[in-house]
Amino acid sequence: MRKARRILLQALLLPALALVPLRLLAAVWNRAAFEARDLATALREAGVGEPARSEDIVIRAPEIAENGAQVPVEIQSRLVGTELIQLFVERNPQPLAASFRFLGGTEAFISTRIKMGETSELRVVVTAAGRTWFNSREVKVTIGGCGV
Amino acid sequence: MNRRDFLGVLLASGACLPEAGSAAAAGFYDLPPVANCATLFHLTDCHAQLLPLHYREPSDNLGLGTRAGQPPHLAGEALLRRYGIPSGGRLAHAFSHIDFVEAARQYGRMGGFAHLATLLNRLRDQRPGAVLVDGGDSWQGSATALWTRGADMREACLALGVEVMTGHWEFTYGADEVLEHVAALAPRLRFLAQNIRTTEFEDPVFEPFVLRSINGHLIAIIGQAYPYTPIANPRHFVPEWRFGIQSEELAKQVRSVRAAGAQAVVLLSHNGMDVDLKLASQVSGLDAILGGHTHDAVPAPVRVRNAGGETLVANGGSHGKFLGVLDMEFADVGLAQVNYRILPVFSDLLPPDPGMQALVARLRTPFLDRLREPLAISDGLLYRRGNFGGTFDQLILQALLETQDAQIAFSPGFRWGGSLLPGQTITREDLLGQMAITYPQMHVDWYTAVQLHALLEDLGDNLFNPDPYRQQGGDLVRVAGLSFTCAPRAPVGQRFSDLRLKGELLSPSRRYKTVSWAPVAEGVVGPPAWEAVEQWLVARRRVPVLRPPAPALVGVGNDPGLAVGS
Repeated sequence: MRKARRILLQALLLPALALVPLRLLAAVWNRAAFEARDLATALREAGVGEPARSEDIVIRAPEIAENGAQVPVEIQSRLVGTELIQLFVERNPQPLAASFRFLGGTEAFISTRIKMGETSELRVVVTAAGRTWFNSREVKVTIGGCGV
Repeated sequence: MNRRDFLGVLLASGACLPEAGSAAAAGFYDLPPVANCATLFHLTDCHAQLLPLHYREPSDNLGLGTRAGQPPHLAGEALLRRYGIPSGGRLAHAFSHIDFVEAARQYGRMGGFAHLATLLNRLRDQRPGAVLVDGGDSWQGSATALWTRGADMREACLALGVEVMTGHWEFTYGADEVLEHVAALAPRLRFLAQNIRTTEFEDPVFEPFVLRSINGHLIAIIGQAYPYTPIANPRHFVPEWRFGIQSEELAKQVRSVRAAGAQAVVLLSHNGMDVDLKLASQVSGLDAILGGHTHDAVPAPVRVRNAGGETLVANGGSHGKFLGVLDMEFADVGLAQVNYRILPVFSDLLPPDPGMQALVARLRTPFLDRLREPLAISDGLLYRRGNFGGTFDQLILQALLETQDAQIAFSPGFRWGGSLLPGQTITREDLLGQMAITYPQMHVDWYTAVQLHALLEDLGDNLFNPDPYRQQGGDLVRVAGLSFTCAPRAPVGQRFSDLRLKGELLSPSRRYKTVSWAPVAEGVVGPPAWEAVEQWLVARRRVPVLRPPAPALVGVGNDPGLAVGS
C-alpha cells in the first residue's frame, strides 16, 4: 500500500513540475548564493545581513542524522508576513541548501530533505515583513556502528 | 535521599541483608506491603541469557557534561558509598565490580529464566495483578537466539509472562521478520514503539501505547524503542523506518493517554539512562520511565523535576541479573506515590522453576553439542563492560590481529555478554555470547593516520558528546595495536592524540592494515568474525591473563565514574 501511494504521488507530481516554465525557475534561482562555497558568501549573496535569533522559527530535525544523504527537516515560521525561508548548512561544500518563497497568506511551513556531509549547524533564515531573523540547530552526522 | 531509598528496598521491609543462609534469604525478596497499588515488573536487556551467568559491572563509566559524577556514572566504592551499600557483601557484588572473582565464586551466578520465573511467582503473590514489561534486547545475545532468529526467546518471554515490550537489537533480524513476529505475539504480548514511523509518510509502524487496567487503575504504558537503531546498527535492516527520540511526539502521546483517562503514565524506554534523564526534564506528564539500553544497574531511581511535576527515572540493569518493581500507589485524589526497587536475581537464593527449567532445556536440546564445544581455557577473568575496554574484547581483538596478520584491530563497544572466571573453559556458547549478531562479517582495510584519527574521533563522540541526545549509549570502540591519549571532555576532533603503533607515532605517509567486524554499511563481504576467534582459541588451548587497554586519560581527574585499582 505504501508503495502504491508513492507511485500515485509520483504520477501526480511529475507532470505538475513539468508544467512550471523553465524561465520562471530561472527568474527566482539565486545562482550566486547557491554556488557560494562558504557560509559568509552564501549569506551575503542571499541578501542576509546580520539577523537576530528568533524562537518563532521552529526547526524540527533529528539530533543525529540516520542518513546524511537525506536528512528530514521541518521548518515552521511563526513570524508574521513570512516571505522567504532559507536553509544553510554551515559545513556543506555549498552551504545554501534550499530557499522557499511564500506568497501572501500561505502557511509558512515546509518539510523537506537536505544533504549533509558532516556534523554541522543548520541555520534557518527567515525574511518576514522586510526583516530577517534566524534560528539554528546542530545536526550530528556520524559513520555509526557500535550498537550496545 | 538515595541511601534511604535504596536501603528502603531491601532493609526496611524487615528483612536483614542475607549475607549467608537460606533463612535470611527467604526475606530478601519480601517487598513491603502496599495498598491500592498498580505494579509493573520490569525486565530489560536480558540479551537472550536463558541461563544464570556472571556479569561484571563496569569499573569505568564516565559521566559527561552535566552528568559527570551523577548516577549512573558512579563506579566501585563511589557507587557503594553513594547508596550506602556495605562493602564485601552480596549487594556490593551485584552492583559493583569490586573483588569480582572472589565474590562471584562466593555468591554464584545471577539471573536465568528459571530463577526469574520463581522470583516473579513470589512477587506476583505480593503484588496481585502486576504486569511484566520488557524493555527490549531480549531476542538477541546468545548463540541459540541467533540460530533460531530469536524464536527461543519469544517462547521463553511468553512463558515468563511478558505482556508488553519495546525493542532495539530485535530490529537486527530485519523489518519484515520483526513485523511478522509482532503480529504473531499479539495480543498476548504487545510490542510498542511511539518513535518509529515510515520514512516516506511518517506512518506509525507499531502501536505507540497500551492502556491496562491494573487493580482498578488505568495505567498507560508508552513504548520508546532505541532511537539510534539505524545509526548504531545497520540501517539496511530497517531501510523504510525512521527512529529518533521524538520528544514532541511523546508529549502528544502523553496528552492523548491522559485524555483517554490514564491515571498514571509510564514510558517503557530503550533510550539509555542519560537520554531518559534529559527527556524527563523536557517532557512532563510521565510518572515513571522504566529504562534500559545502557545496562545501568542503578541501586535507586532518580527523580527529575519538570514543568508538570516529577518523573521517576529508573534503569533496570541487564542480562536477567536484576528485576525491577514499580509500585504506583493511589489515594482518593489519584496517584499518591511512585517507587521503584531493583532486585538482584541471585540464582542460589531462588530455586529454579521446574516448568521454566524444562522449557529452557527443551529449547537448548537441539543445539547442545554445538554449544558445549570447548575452545580453550582462560587463565584470567574475561569480561566486557567498561568505557575503554574489557578483557573479553581484548581476546577477540588479539585473535583478529593474529589470524589476519593485521597491525590494528577494531571491535564494537558492545555492553552485552557474560563474564568468565579464571580457569573456566571457554565454550562456543560463551564466545557467541559476545559475538552473536546478524552482521558478523570480518573485513580488512588499509587506513591512513588521518583516517584512523577521524574514526576514533567519530566513534568517541558517540560516547563522549556532552549532550545525551547526541550519544549512542555504547562504550568506546575496542582497539588493539594502536595506543592513544584520550581527553573525553575535550570537543570532538580534539579528544584523541598521540596515536602510536608499537610505541612509534603513526606516520602521515603510510597506510595501516586494519581488521574489524560488524560493519553497519550494506554489502560488506567477509566471514563471520567468530570463525577466526574460534580457530585462534583452539590453536592456543590456553589464554593467558589479559589486560584491558588503559589509554592515558586527560582532564578526568578523580572522577567517581572511574574506579582506581581493583
